[in-house]
Amino acid sequence: MAISGRNAIHSLLFLILSLLSVSVIFYLLDAPFIAALEVIIYAGAIMVLFIFVTMMLNIGMEGRTEKKWLRPRMWIIPSLLAAVLLADFILAITYIPGSPPVDQAILPKQVGISLFSTYLLAVEIAAILLMAGVIGAYHLGSQKKKITHRFLIKN
Amino acid sequence: MKYLLIIAGVLLIALSVAAGLIWVERRLLSLWQDRLGPNRVGPFGLAQVIADTVKLFFKEDWIPPFSDRPVFLMAPGILMITILLTFAVIPFGPDFYVFDSNIGILFFLGNSSLGVYSIVLGGWASNNKYSLIGAMRASAQMLTYEVFMGLSLMGVVMMADSFSFCSIVEAQRNGWFIIPQFFGFVVFFIAGVAETHRLPFDIPEAEGELVAGYHSEYSGMKFGMFFVGEYLGITLISAIIATLFFGGWLGPSFLPPVFWFLLKTFFFIGVFILLRASLPRPRYDQLMKFGWKVLFPLALLNLLVTGAVLIFLK
Repeated sequence: MAISGRNAIHSLLFLILSLLSVSVIFYLLDAPFIAALEVIIYAGAIMVLFIFVTMMLNIGMEGRTEKKWLRPRMWIIPSLLAAVLLADFILAITYIPGSPPVDQAILPKQVGISLFSTYLLAVEIAAILLMAGVIGAYHLGSQKKKITHRFLIKN
Repeated sequence: MKYLLIIAGVLLIALSVAAGLIWVERRLLSLWQDRLGPNRVGPFGLAQVIADTVKLFFKEDWIPPFSDRPVFLMAPGILMITILLTFAVIPFGPDFYVFDSNIGILFFLGNSSLGVYSIVLGGWASNNKYSLIGAMRASAQMLTYEVFMGLSLMGVVMMADSFSFCSIVEAQRNGWFIIPQFFGFVVFFIAGVAETHRLPFDIPEAEGELVAGYHSEYSGMKFGMFFVGEYLGITLISAIIATLFFGGWLGPSFLPPVFWFLLKTFFFIGVFILLRASLPRPRYDQLMKFGWKVLFPLALLNLLVTGAVLIFLK
């Protein structure tokens, strides 16, 4: 529904729904911290921005291009890819013996400790990436347009 | 059985407090503005709430033909659901809570960030200029204030060493967190006012500029849900401030713990109403500037200093 919907906002709502269900799956897998972050960050912050932008652009009422793109011919390759993924998934859960799921819940503290010891490098790289975003935003924001009102221009 | 009773009790307390607040607010506002307020229906005008509710039920529930019907119908429900769900993790007393989650604070933050959708979608689905402007203001404001709402609570989490509301209350036996976490409290309080979009931060529904903002097109009980949802939000934020910074149900033992909790909550509800009576509404850009340039660094500094002091004391 998120992909095939004609209305942009409705598609986004279905995407939010699927994010919430992913979070519930994380919770059932004994990872409450990740589940909460999924809701706060993805569903709560990023998707709000998506909806914000869609609202500002004011699209989604008619969606004629979507109709053109969603001809039956366009479904062949994506459904093939999805079928491959599905086969992979079925193979994985039936044949490959995975490690047994952990019995006790992984608490926020353990997540924090492993982030700042085992995966420190990844955290720092992500931090630098975010820093680049902040600096870029600052650069874009600092260039002020000089506006003079037409009544104030001296002849 | 006891579990069901607690759920019913929490729902009853939350909803009746929120509905009663409509009357409390009008009476308190009129007290501070030197007039009488609603005092005709029942003793002290208490039945005014019931009269208003009955009136809302009998009003025509008009769904505008130009609106996006499913989204329009969904929006008020999202607001009520997210706020009422959060009441589940708040401990009213030592044994009086629905669910003591080990991610309690994150649960609250997640729900409050989902609550933004109700306003954004309500405003968008109304398909009306004023509603859309209100919804855009609301989404920008709430996204901004959510960021340091979470950050300001992390100091409390570090001191209590847990995300669970019950352990946070237990950790305050030797002193309320308002003293070591004063800046956290200030930031959280301001963010809480903005998150419930109450005056002075009610720019999403500024009557003077936007008719009624995001809920201009709503009528009947759907408007009632937005209306009560706002008061539920006030109750929720007050309850969370009382829990996290003022020791929740802890207090001298001559009164039962639940009573202490309610007393502290009502005190903050009063502060919310006093804010409405006394402060003017800031402009939109002033609000954003204040958020990002004052409160956000303050929350970060508070986090840094708390962490440093905690490590130093270890």
